Amino acid sequence: MNTENAILSKTKSFFAEIGDMTLFAGRFFREVFSPPFEFKELMRQCYNMGNRSLLLVSVTGFILGLVFTLQSRPTLMQFGAQSWMASMVSLSIVREIGPVIIALICAGRIGSGIGAELGSMRVTEQIDAMEVSGTNPFKYLVITRIVATTLMLPLLIIMGDAIALLGSAIVENLKGNVSFLLYFNQVFDALKFSDLLPATVKSVFFGFAIGLVGCYKGYNCAKGTVGVGEASNSAVVYISMLLFIIDFIAVFVTDIFFDI
Amino acid sequence: MNSEKNIKPVLELKNLKKSFGDNHVLKGFNLKLFEGENLVIMGKSGSGKSVMVKCLVGLIQPDSGNITIKNQDITTMGQTELDLLRTEIGFLFQGSALYDSMTVRENLEFPLRRHKDKIENFQGTEFSVKEALENVGLANAIDLMPAELSGGMQRRVAMARALILKPKIIMYDEPTTGLDPITAKEIIQLMRSIQEKYNTSSIIITHDVDCARVISNRMILLVDGTNYAEGTFEELSNSKDEQIQAFFKN
Ligand SMILES: Nc1ncnc2c1ncn2[C@@H]1O[C@H](COP(=O)(O)OP(=O)(O)OP(=O)(O)O)[C@@H](O)[C@H]1O
Ligand SMILES: [Mg+2]
Repeated sequence: MNTENAILSKTKSFFAEIGDMTLFAGRFFREVFSPPFEFKELMRQCYNMGNRSLLLVSVTGFILGLVFTLQSRPTLMQFGAQSWMASMVSLSIVREIGPVIIALICAGRIGSGIGAELGSMRVTEQIDAMEVSGTNPFKYLVITRIVATTLMLPLLIIMGDAIALLGSAIVENLKGNVSFLLYFNQVFDALKFSDLLPATVKSVFFGFAIGLVGCYKGYNCAKGTVGVGEASNSAVVYISMLLFIIDFIAVFVTDIFFDI
Repeated sequence: MNSEKNIKPVLELKNLKKSFGDNHVLKGFNLKLFEGENLVIMGKSGSGKSVMVKCLVGLIQPDSGNITIKNQDITTMGQTELDLLRTEIGFLFQGSALYDSMTVRENLEFPLRRHKDKIENFQGTEFSVKEALENVGLANAIDLMPAELSGGMQRRVAMARALILKPKIIMYDEPTTGLDPITAKEIIQLMRSIQEKYNTSSIIITHDVDCARVISNRMILLVDGTNYAEGTFEELSNSKDEQIQAFFKN
């Protein structure tokens, strides 16, 4: 009986949270296009986010491409299909693995950071202080961050993809004596518009999800330092889940438009 | 004192009620603040003093009651009007609430970003920031981060930030709590000098009897969510009522 009740109330609060988050997103869309615009703060956020994730995304991307290629080589060689390597790796990285892995990393890096930062601002009344000083904190803190993640994530993902392909090319160059020129020729032969566009659109949504959930959790943080930890932690959990849901939807939509 | 009663108050609270779930914090609180006056509010910890001042500036939505500031009802006000009115109110938070990712300078510049025009004969951001810091005696802390300041210095920077737009109404939420007696005295002196310099009207929330004695023109005791007693420091401290006496016993 008791567990049943617990499950029921958990489910209820989960859906209540989804509802709240939708309202939060609604407020974002209502306020994002109305002045005053916090352009300087937006630029600062973009710079910070890009700058802070650059190294992490580069290293992960590089290793991803390297390992992926190393692991696939034996299988492809069994069929004598090494020459397919470039197109296989580039398609899977650009379409799926690159965006998802890099978005997950940014969920941990950027999403939890936003949750913790806004959460501690909420707890120490800094958000209230902004409000009484006549600045709309939702515009200054939330909108700038959501717009910044939405803009920066596609860029980070494109960069991560490129570095992953570089890692893959290095393996092919060392192990299979494929020249870089040949490898990247094959990559660009394999990639079509219908691979790049959906992946980029998907990254935009990934970025929006990271900013939205991170801000929502931080902005509505419960009082106390426990609340801050909870905000940053649950931000990552919700974002990760949301990323896969978006990915799932993206596959269907892509299939409708491009017939994968 | 009687003549003062005939002046229209700059700020008025009527029958303010606020509950958090089953926790009925304010049960009909009334308050009038007259021009040029220092009004001290005393009350036990958790009696709802902070909730009350936060209602006054629209940070907390009251369940019912009227809040009038300069003849405008703030409960029915739009966001833009409210933001404008807030520039005429200085608010010192109980925990200072300095922006910890910004330097002292940026903290002080923040209210100026949108509301420079509120200051009469404005002489530049730099000038305003320096002037505000000199007023609280911290001119050399301008490029430090809040984390590098002591608690008392943070409180003073927070005061400088609250006062930078030269507000006519100031609310101090426990300005001296958690400070040593000497620093507390300095803060009290600061509040007095600001009041004399700019002829402000202030609401001061405090537990500190010494602070109340020095600074108050009038006092209100908040007990059980209502204004239990009202009067000057002498009147209240000489009262026979046990509940009132409890505030003044050390
Ligand atoms: N945001 C909130 N949500 C729920 N309850 C709250 C909230 N803010 C305050 N309360 C409750 O309201 C009551 C009054 O709190 P308040 O902070 O106003 O006390 P206070 O008089 O300022 O005390 P102190 O002197 O310790 O600062 C407390 O019981 C507190 O639990
Ligand atoms: Mg308080």
